[in-house]
Amino acid sequence: MPDVHSLVNEFVIKLKKRKIEGSKATAKLTVELLRSFISQQRLPHSNQAAALIDAVKAVGEKLIAANPVELAVGNVVRRVLHIIREEDLSLATAAVGGLSLAAESDDEDDIDRDDHPVLSATAVAAAARNALRPPSLQTLLEDIPHSAAAPHTSSSGGDSEGKSKSADKNSVTRKLKHNVIEAVNELIQEISTCHEQIAEQAVEHIHQNEVILTLGSSRTVMEFLCAAKEKKRSFRVFVEGAPRYQGHALAKELAARGLQTTVITDSSVFAMISRVNMVIVGAHAVMANGGVIAPVGLNMVALAAQRHAVPFVVLAGVHKLCPLYPHNPEVLLNELKSPSELLDFGEFSDCLDFGSGTGSPLLHVVNPVFDYVPPNLVSLFITDTGGHNPSYMYRLIADYYSADDLVVRRKSAS
Amino acid sequence: MDSRRVPRTVSDPKVRQVGFFAPPDRSQSGPPAPASSSPPVSGASPSGNTLSPVMIPPPRHLSADLSRHFPQAPPLSSLGVARAVDSSVPVGSYNPSDFLSPAATADYSEDPLSPRWGRKGSSGKFATSLPASRFEMAVAKQSIFNLPPSRLSFILSVLILFILFRDVSFRGVLSLFWVWRNCETDGGSTMDMSKEQSSVSGKPLKEKTTKAERRAIQEAQRAAKAAAKGEGSKPSAAAAGVNPANANTGKPVKAVSQKKDNSSVAPSEKKKRVEKAKKRSVVKQTEARNRVELFRHLPQYEHGTQLPELESKFFQLDPVHPAVYKVGLRYLAGDISGGNARCIAMLQAFQEAIKDYSTPSEKSLIRDLTTKINGYAKANLISGIDLFISEKIILADKVIVKHAVTKIRDGDVLLTYGSSSAVELILLHAHELGKQFRVVIVDSRPKLEGQKLLRRLVGKGINCTYTHINAVSYIMHEVTKVFLGASSVLSNGTVYSRVGTACVAMVAHQFHVPVLVCCEAYKFHERVQLDSICSNELGDPDVISKVSGRKEINSLDGWANSENLQLLNLIYDATPSDYVSMIITDYGMMQSNFWKQLLRYQSVDLEN
Repeated sequence: MPDVHSLVNEFVIKLKKRKIEGSKATAKLTVELLRSFISQQRLPHSNQAAALIDAVKAVGEKLIAANPVELAVGNVVRRVLHIIREEDLSLATAAVGGLSLAAESDDEDDIDRDDHPVLSATAVAAAARNALRPPSLQTLLEDIPHSAAAPHTSSSGGDSEGKSKSADKNSVTRKLKHNVIEAVNELIQEISTCHEQIAEQAVEHIHQNEVILTLGSSRTVMEFLCAAKEKKRSFRVFVEGAPRYQGHALAKELAARGLQTTVITDSSVFAMISRVNMVIVGAHAVMANGGVIAPVGLNMVALAAQRHAVPFVVLAGVHKLCPLYPHNPEVLLNELKSPSELLDFGEFSDCLDFGSGTGSPLLHVVNPVFDYVPPNLVSLFITDTGGHNPSYMYRLIADYYSADDLVVRRKSAS
Repeated sequence: MDSRRVPRTVSDPKVRQVGFFAPPDRSQSGPPAPASSSPPVSGASPSGNTLSPVMIPPPRHLSADLSRHFPQAPPLSSLGVARAVDSSVPVGSYNPSDFLSPAATADYSEDPLSPRWGRKGSSGKFATSLPASRFEMAVAKQSIFNLPPSRLSFILSVLILFILFRDVSFRGVLSLFWVWRNCETDGGSTMDMSKEQSSVSGKPLKEKTTKAERRAIQEAQRAAKAAAKGEGSKPSAAAAGVNPANANTGKPVKAVSQKKDNSSVAPSEKKKRVEKAKKRSVVKQTEARNRVELFRHLPQYEHGTQLPELESKFFQLDPVHPAVYKVGLRYLAGDISGGNARCIAMLQAFQEAIKDYSTPSEKSLIRDLTTKINGYAKANLISGIDLFISEKIILADKVIVKHAVTKIRDGDVLLTYGSSSAVELILLHAHELGKQFRVVIVDSRPKLEGQKLLRRLVGKGINCTYTHINAVSYIMHEVTKVFLGASSVLSNGTVYSRVGTACVAMVAHQFHVPVLVCCEAYKFHERVQLDSICSNELGDPDVISKVSGRKEINSLDGWANSENLQLLNLIYDATPSDYVSMIITDYGMMQSNFWKQLLRYQSVDLEN
C-alpha cells in the first residue's frame, strides 16, 4: 500500500509540475499507475466492485486535480472505472449463469464437463454483457474477442464453480481483480498502438500529389504521413511553427524520411491555404460535442480551411476522447505559459516598470497553450476505430465510459 | 567616403550601352572633378549595419522603374541624414517633422558644372519628368531623336517645362519619373508609351512604390532565371555577362538603362533583356537554394555573400546617385520598413539626386538656358516632391487620425497587428485626447515588428497586451475593435498588407469584431488580386530557421542541405474585402470595395 501511495504522490507531483509531455505519455503512465494500484488493492469479499470503484475514484480525483487541463488523465481514470463496472457486470451475469450450469453439469459426462460449462459460461457472460450494455457496433464486435479471452479466465472459474457453490464468491473475487487487470492491460495496449491503427487509415485519405498542411508536431500525424509515404503516395507538406516551434522538428524528420516539406510561418496560413488539399492535425483532447482542444493556432487554421473549403481532419487516439462538454474552453481548459517565450525580459525591463496610478503594470503578455476548435469546423475525426463525424463522438463516449463516472469524486458515504 | 570614391572607369565592354550611357570619358570631361569631389551625399554614411544584397531586376513597368530608383540611398542631404541613417527612425514610423523641412531647395547648387554624381545618362531622367503634358514630351522626344536621348530629352523637356509650367504639381512630379523613364526607354519608340506612362497619375506611382520595387525585383529575377534556364537559346556570353564584376551600374541606372535597352532592342529583345538584367544586377544571381515550387514565379531571396560586394560597388556607382543606392541597400537590409517610411525615403533620395543633378556640359547648344532652367527645374522638382510628401503622406495621416479617433470610445480594447505607422498615430492621438482604452498587439515571426510598436506605446503610457498570432483566437474574445494598416488597397477592395493580417481579419470577422483598415489614399491601386500567391514578395528564409533569443530551437539549422526541405518566408498577403468593415483614408471612411466610386466623386482621377 505505501508503495503505491508513494507512486501516486510522485505522479501527482509530476503532473503538477507539467513534467510529462503529451497526452499519450500521460495516459499510459496513468493507466500503469492505476493498474499497480488495483493489483495491490485488497478488496472485501462482498461488494467488491463498489469498493474498487471507490478506491480508484479517490486516486483519480487526486490525479485529475493535479492537472485539470490534461484531460487524458481524467479520460483514463474514467475508462478504468468503466472497465471495473463492466467486469463486475459480466461476472455477475456469469455467476448467475454459472450457477445454473453447475446444476446441469452433474448430469453430464465428466469428459464434456470442461467444455460445455466453459463455453456456455463464456457465452452467457458475453450475452449478459451485451444485453446490459446499449447495443452498438462495438459490443457486437467485442463478442468474439471477448469470448475468446473469457474462456481463459472462466475456465478456471468454471471448474471451481462446478465444484462448489460456496467457492463461487471466492472465485468471483479473484476473477474481478484479474479481469480488471486484464482489461487494463488491454487498455494500455490500445493506447500504445493507437498510432499504428490510425496510420493504417492514411492510405484512404492521402492520394497522389497532395498538399497537406499541419501545425506543430504530433507524433500521430507524423506516423500517418509516413504510412502514406510507404504506399508510394507523393505529396508535399507544409509545416508550421508554433510558439514552441515544434513544427521545425517535425519538418526535419519528415524531410529526413524523404517527404517534401516546406516550413512556413504561422502568419502565412491564410495566404497558403488556398493551395492546400487537406489539413491534418493532431489534438490534445476531443470533447463530447466533437470540439477539439488543440495546440494554439489551430482555430485560425480551421477557420481558414473552412473559408477555402479545405477538409480539416483531426487524428486522435481513443484515450483523448473526453466525456465532458466544454464550456468556455478557451479559458477553463487552457493554460498560459511563460511570457519569456514571446518577449525577452531583458529587452523590455524598462517597459515593465511603467505603472499607471493604480500600480498595475502596463504590459501584459499572453501565451496560451491550447485553442478550442468548435465541431462545425472539423470535417473528420480519425481514431483507432475508424473515421467519424464530429457529431458521432458522443456515441463513442457511450461505449467507453459510464455515465456514473463523469464526475470523479469520492462519495462521502461509502 | 569621398576620398575613397573611385572615378568610374570604363564600363564592362560586354555591357551593351545603347546610347544611354555616358561614355566613361565624359565623366572626366564633365564637371572638373565630379568623381573626385565629394558627392553631395551630405555626410550620410552608408548605414553600416546589415545590408542585404540588393535585388535589382529590370523594371518592366514605369512604376517598377520608379521604385527601382527608390530603393536607393538614404535621401536626406543635410538635414535628416543622421536620422535617416539611424535605423530606429524609419522602422514602422516616420517622423513627419523630419520630412517637412527639407533643405533641398535651400542649398542646391546652381552651378551646372558643380560636381555631378556622375549619372550622366540617367541624371537626365530626373529632370525630364517635369513635363506634365504629353504633347510636350512627344515634342521633346521627337526632337531628341537624333541626339543621345537622355541628355537631349532632358534638356528639351526642362526647357519646355520651364516655359510652360511654372507650377509643378505633385502629380506632375510623379509623372515626372514616368516620363523620364519613357524618355530613356524609347529613344525612338512610340510616343504612346510615354503618353500612357506619363498619364499615369502620381497616385498609382506612389502606391506602387513598395510593390513596384517588388515587381522590379520579380522582373529582374524572372529575366535572370529565364536566362539561366535557357542556356541553349541564349549566347553563353549572356551568362558570362551576369558576372557582377561587370560594369555594375547602380540600381537606378540599371533599372532605367535596362528598360531603355530592353525596349529599344527590337529583335532578340527578350534575350538581351535577360542579358542586361544579369549584367546589371548588382547582385550575383545565384540559383536560389531549395526554392518552393509554388513560388517559382516570384524572385527568390538571395542572401549572404553579396553584401561586401555591394558595399564595395558603392563607390563605383557612377550612374547611380549614392544616396539612392544607399536607400536601396537600406531597404533590403530592412532598416526602413513600412510603406510610408520607404516612400518618403525614396522620395528624399530622389530629391537628393535631383539636387545634385547638373546638366552635362557638352550640350553647348542651349547650355545657358539649360543651366538656368536646370536650377529652376530642380527647385520645382524638389519642392514638388516635398509637397507630395507633405500632402499625401503627412497630412493624409493627420486626416486619417482625425477620422479614426472618433471611432475609439472609452473602455475599448483595440487590437492591432504588427506595426503600422498610421495605426500608431491613431493610438497615440487617442491617448492624448484622454480616451481610456487598452491595446492588444499581435505579433508574428519572423519580423516581430510588434515589439517596436509595443515599446513605443508602453513608453507613452498606454496599457498594452502582447501576444503572438497563434493566440489571436484566444484574445479575440476581449477585443472590441481591430485596427490594421495596409500596404495597399486593391481595386476590388482586397487589402494587401503584411502577412498575417488576413488571419487576424478572419478571426475578427468570426468573432464579429469590426475591422478598420487605415490607409492613405496614395496607396490605392488599380490592380486586382485574388490570393496572396500570384504576386508577393519572398523574404529571407533563414530567419525562419533561427529563433531569436532561443538557441535551443535549432532543428532547422542546415536546412539547405536537405533537398526535401524548403523554408518559405512570405512578406505580404491579401485580405479579402468581406473581412474588412471599413477603410479609413484621407478621403473619408468608406467600405472596402467602394473606394473607387467614392474617390471618383471626390474628383480624384486615377486614370488621369
